[in-house]
Amino acid sequence: MSLTKTERTIIVSMWAKISTQADTIGTETLERLFLSYPQTKTYFPHFDLHPGSAQLRAHGSKVVAAVGDAAKSIDNIGAALSKLSELHAYILRVDPVNFKLLSHCLLVTLAARFPADFTAEAHAAWDKFLSVVSSVLTEKYR
Amino acid sequence: MSNFTAEDKAAITSLWAKVNVEDAGGETLGRLLVVYPWTQRFFDSFGSLSSPSAIMGNPKVKAHGVKVLTSLGEAIKNLDDLKGTFGQLSELHCDKLHVDPENFRLLGNVLVCVLARNFGKEFTPQVQAVFQKVVAGVATAMAHKYH
Repeated sequence: MSLTKTERTIIVSMWAKISTQADTIGTETLERLFLSYPQTKTYFPHFDLHPGSAQLRAHGSKVVAAVGDAAKSIDNIGAALSKLSELHAYILRVDPVNFKLLSHCLLVTLAARFPADFTAEAHAAWDKFLSVVSSVLTEKYR
Repeated sequence: MSNFTAEDKAAITSLWAKVNVEDAGGETLGRLLVVYPWTQRFFDSFGSLSSPSAIMGNPKVKAHGVKVLTSLGEAIKNLDDLKGTFGQLSELHCDKLHVDPENFRLLGNVLVCVLARNFGKEFTPQVQAVFQKVVAGVATAMAHKYH
């Protein structure tokens, strides 16, 4: 599955808008994840997961920054996320099903914050892009 | 499986009362067909689905989307017995329509995105969590009579 030229354009242009709110988007996405899918908290026993916690904010930032890295290197996401891919495969070992859950929560966050930009076409492009990112992050699992 | 507290039900009914089923129905089904194009396999008789704008403007898509969301609206009045409410529809989707239940999960998540888009800030993480329970319950109920 690879992104068409149109899809890449949509992602890159939306990313320019999104990046100004990157931190809060990250935090909100994680908040949505932990509330809708409480089982995902099992990966964070060492975190204070209360809304507004410093750890949640820091981690949210990290996650969205990585999505941004992928967007900025949209022609070669594999190379851009290679280190993260290894991290997830050998250290974190987050079950692959969770990437779909996080992706969905990011989509919901984008829909809520950028309703005008989140057209059906943009929705499709982002779902596909996040699916590619998820594949890259799990490609070294076995 | 899904147990809805009084608080959950209040949040659900209050948000749902503000949903324009006419608009949201077409938007939801349309987006399903755009974002997950393989779902178009069930709608050969719907005419042109050749582009996002063709899909989103297709009157048959809109009409069917309204049907689906109207049904969901009924379910929202019967959250304690989703399996009972969707029994016949479940049989229909299995025996006559041959729809993979995975599609119910996909549709549910598209609906959540549409609600987020329409309600913005009001669609808080807490409200989303409750609606995820609704769509999961509906998807399970719709799959319940499959054999």
